[in-house]
Amino acid sequence: MSQEDINIAETAPEEASQKAAGPEAVVKEAVTDEAQPAPVKKKKKAKKPVKKPRKVIICDKVGVRFNMTEQKVDNLKEYFIRLVKKQLRYKEFWALRDVTFHVRKGERVGILGLNGAGKSTLLKCIAGVLKPNEGSITVNGNIVPLLELGAGFDKDYTGAENIYLYGSMLGYSRAFIREKFDDIVKFSELGDFINVPVKNYSSGMKARLGFSIATIVEPDILILDEVLSVGDAKFKKKSAKKLQTMMKKGVTVLLVSHSSDQVLQICNRAIILDHGQLVASGKAEKICAQYEEMIAK
Amino acid sequence: MKIFFKNLHKYKYLLFELIKKDIKLKYRSSALGLLWTLLEPLLTMIVLTLVFSEMFGKGGDNFPVYILCGRLLYSFFSNGTKTALKSIRKHGPMISKVYIPKYMYPLASIISSYIIFLISLIVLVGVAIFQKMKINLYIFQAFIPLLIIAVMTMGVGLLLSTFNVFFRDLEYLWTVVLMLIMYTSAIFYKVENLKTNINAWIFKVNPLHSVIVMFRDAVFGRSIMAEDSYHLYYALAFSAVSFLLGMLVFWKEQDKFILYV
Repeated sequence: MSQEDINIAETAPEEASQKAAGPEAVVKEAVTDEAQPAPVKKKKKAKKPVKKPRKVIICDKVGVRFNMTEQKVDNLKEYFIRLVKKQLRYKEFWALRDVTFHVRKGERVGILGLNGAGKSTLLKCIAGVLKPNEGSITVNGNIVPLLELGAGFDKDYTGAENIYLYGSMLGYSRAFIREKFDDIVKFSELGDFINVPVKNYSSGMKARLGFSIATIVEPDILILDEVLSVGDAKFKKKSAKKLQTMMKKGVTVLLVSHSSDQVLQICNRAIILDHGQLVASGKAEKICAQYEEMIAK
Repeated sequence: MKIFFKNLHKYKYLLFELIKKDIKLKYRSSALGLLWTLLEPLLTMIVLTLVFSEMFGKGGDNFPVYILCGRLLYSFFSNGTKTALKSIRKHGPMISKVYIPKYMYPLASIISSYIIFLISLIVLVGVAIFQKMKINLYIFQAFIPLLIIAVMTMGVGLLLSTFNVFFRDLEYLWTVVLMLIMYTSAIFYKVENLKTNINAWIFKVNPLHSVIVMFRDAVFGRSIMAEDSYHLYYALAFSAVSFLLGMLVFWKEQDKFILYV
């Protein structure tokens, strides 16, 4: 732990903090003073003399470019016909451009923006699924993405088998999953359905199982997309409670949303993306107000 | 390179789970289960022997063993490349959600095909015993073609899985190519009995034919370099080149997969 901390302190690029604009840094200090859950702050202060918690996500001038063909060409026949006819035209399109920001440990950041603003692209970059064409992203700590729960399931596999499959995708060992197996089944409330192939599950059941597997360990960084509601009303409450206890323990949260209410409820910081550009960053209340103004226009 | 091994270590459970999934699901809905791995080649062997030795009157000593050798190797190559080809597309939803080293998918599908293939070799042993075949020490040379075909399938599989992301019709094209490979691999006929020259170019170009010839030599108690060492060198060179090329192409293109799957 201590070794890691020293490492981070040394390697945390000075550049990034310099590039992050002045006002942002000020806001960050304010945030860590006010809105951070108390127990975490104490712990942190006791552990190391550094005032601010370490940066867990650093995005430095991130840019993602898509080549958009006017018509999608995805087979050889079409490709050669178009190659011969010289109809292979691409339109360059930057889904993200020059996005620079960082997130410190324990911060809960809301990413606001209209449809097509680049929110999901940014999350994909942070999750490591998409590689940016420009700039760099550094992530310290393990990420659990709660996006489209159950996307990693195999439909012919039973729930129990899928626990092992999905768990190993998230990088857990077999022994570890076996140890947590009962907890997962219990939390998902699937009961005997756990031995039924997933193709027979309702979408709510699938999401419940996905949520239960993804949250067995406390991740360092949690990525939430749009909807936090999983399953029926009862499970919704349960999952919200679980997320809250995680947040209290100081997990870093990234939430994508176009509703400022949701961001206000959960986050203490927010950024706005518009057409792939980072337009504002700062305290949640201020940014949400700015976002409301943007929408009203 | 260091990162590669670190990742491999971290995701070894995933590799294991993916292989297990492929094997488990393949036979899940069938009553006989994994027994089909043995039954299927045995039945095709009987059909082919009947057709080619009874009806066409060709064949000779231990013709069933001759057929089985070729048939088993070919079906591994064809299954391995076919599943690898589809592997990236099939796991598209996962690739765009969770970060996993992407080579895991083709690697897992080829390893699982290889395991099924190794199990199916039991049939060959059974039939050889039944036919009272005499086997000598050269049988140990069979490991060489078995290793070469694994590397070759991996290389071709990596190439195919990459290209299939960008061009979907490769799947149908590859079926046709596989058919050509099958007919030129001398699985159910002997090259000596053909009207063409033994050294016809078509038998020299097909790398699978070289592997099958070597494997058969070893099983029939001859050195794999007995007649001609061409097959050994060609198969070695082809597998090495395809493997390196496959890795290179996959490595270079893998970041684009997410934009197409």
